[in-house]
Amino acid sequence: MAKAKLTFEDIGQTVNVPAGIRVIDVSEKVGAGIIYGCREGDCGTCMMHVTDGWNNLTEPSVLEEKVLRENMAGRHDRLACQAQVIGDCSVKPA
Amino acid sequence: MTMAGTRADTAHPGIGQDGAPAPVPIADDVHWIGALDPQLRRFDLILRTANGTTYNAYAVRGRDGVAVVDTVKAEFAEPFFARLEQVARYDEIRVIVLNHLEPDHSGALPELMRRAPQARLIISKRAPAMLKALLKADDEEIRYETVDTGHEIDLGGRRLKFLHTPFLHWPDTQCTYLVEEQVLFSGDVFGCHHCDRRLFNDRVGDFRFAFEYYYAHIMRPFKAHVLDALRLIEPLPLKLIAPTHGPILRERPRRYVARYRELSGGAALEPMPVDSAPLRTLLIFYLSAYGSTARMAEAICAGAETVHSVRVSLYDLDGGESEPFVDLIEAADALALGSPTVNGDAVKPVWDLLSSLAVVNLRGKVGAAFGSYGWSGEAVPMIEDRLRGLKLRVPLPGLRLKLIPTDAELADCRDFGRRLARALVGDAASGSGNGQAARGVIDFAELG
Repeated sequence: MAKAKLTFEDIGQTVNVPAGIRVIDVSEKVGAGIIYGCREGDCGTCMMHVTDGWNNLTEPSVLEEKVLRENMAGRHDRLACQAQVIGDCSVKPA
Repeated sequence: MTMAGTRADTAHPGIGQDGAPAPVPIADDVHWIGALDPQLRRFDLILRTANGTTYNAYAVRGRDGVAVVDTVKAEFAEPFFARLEQVARYDEIRVIVLNHLEPDHSGALPELMRRAPQARLIISKRAPAMLKALLKADDEEIRYETVDTGHEIDLGGRRLKFLHTPFLHWPDTQCTYLVEEQVLFSGDVFGCHHCDRRLFNDRVGDFRFAFEYYYAHIMRPFKAHVLDALRLIEPLPLKLIAPTHGPILRERPRRYVARYRELSGGAALEPMPVDSAPLRTLLIFYLSAYGSTARMAEAICAGAETVHSVRVSLYDLDGGESEPFVDLIEAADALALGSPTVNGDAVKPVWDLLSSLAVVNLRGKVGAAFGSYGWSGEAVPMIEDRLRGLKLRVPLPGLRLKLIPTDAELADCRDFGRRLARALVGDAASGSGNGQAARGVIDFAELG
């Protein structure tokens, strides 16, 4: 299975993950500082900032784009419960 | 002889006393047009309301039309419209401002929009999603305009200026300032649940408790946002604060602004002497039936204490009330909870404490769980799930031990305490940008 390196900058931890995994599933297990609410892409609580490898996450869906807009997301912000890892990237809480 | 003269000044003249509702002038051409709810005894399930509440709404008249600021709970639409109709015709209403979309303030909105279809609906820039969810409407079905700090609407000699004050106590909240009269329509900020038809703070009964109680349950989780809002509010000349619940604050309104600053300023006493190095604080709470979880707690405490610049405190949950513990947790950086497993669950005082934490902001704090067990040990993972649900970060897998801890297991507890304290200090390091890749690379499969 394809692997990728996902780095959580707030705790200085990099994890080798299987491609396709959602960031939320890793960050929770590793104890990174991204926090969660609904876990289904609606509330915007798990917004994170992608500091590196923006293109190595799956494209945001129309619904995620809408939630990001409504929550005043900055450039390169994503929802950890929606974004799937497809290559090396680094994230931190937004 | 009639009692009518005295009844007008009585706080509780009887059930349903809002029978002949009249608008109340609060400034030149500004009226209170809200509703009284003296029979309410519990608000939103979480607040006791010993003499009910009010839903305050206001009408502002300018040369070119009228603004309605906030509405009331749907069940109280009748007195609201009755009061509104005495100060304005529906076709005069130019704007409807909603400072906060919670149903107790937006309940009468759909009917008001139906009666005044020409009115522009004004909401904060964070409010559209909530508005659409509330009205179950799409963009095509509802017209609204969003405003931000500095935006202004001129009613003709009467300017409404908007202050973007999100998270007081919903994402959508804002305040509206009537420049010429120096009136702040503050939404739920500076409000309280106190129903008294005398309306003004210099006329009503003693509502100090209600004011503090409201802050403690509604605004306290959002202290950082309160401070942001105060930076916008404090420079304004203020003759009167008109909140959406409770008394209208016309007598020395700045006292209430100052009180909000005091209440939002952090812990009552600094946890550390001012001349000591900055420390991170770790609180360890435990319950123990036979002493095993207590011994774990002591060992975790001893391990954590070996880490420089972490201050550790140890408490038996059985020896205190939740409320002061909540105050401690609000000011702490980390929280470790120990519980034995009884009948497949953590014990009730643990859940009581955890369910009391909704009134404080826990974001960014570190959490951990531990406990001794006999058969199955579900308490530890259940507490960890709850800590994550409360938005704490849980950096270490919880520590569970079967029955009475051995010396080797107590050494594991000390190690757990040490690693927890290091995770706490490590957070500080990473906050200054030194943390990246400090811990190397691990494989997802190792995370368990």
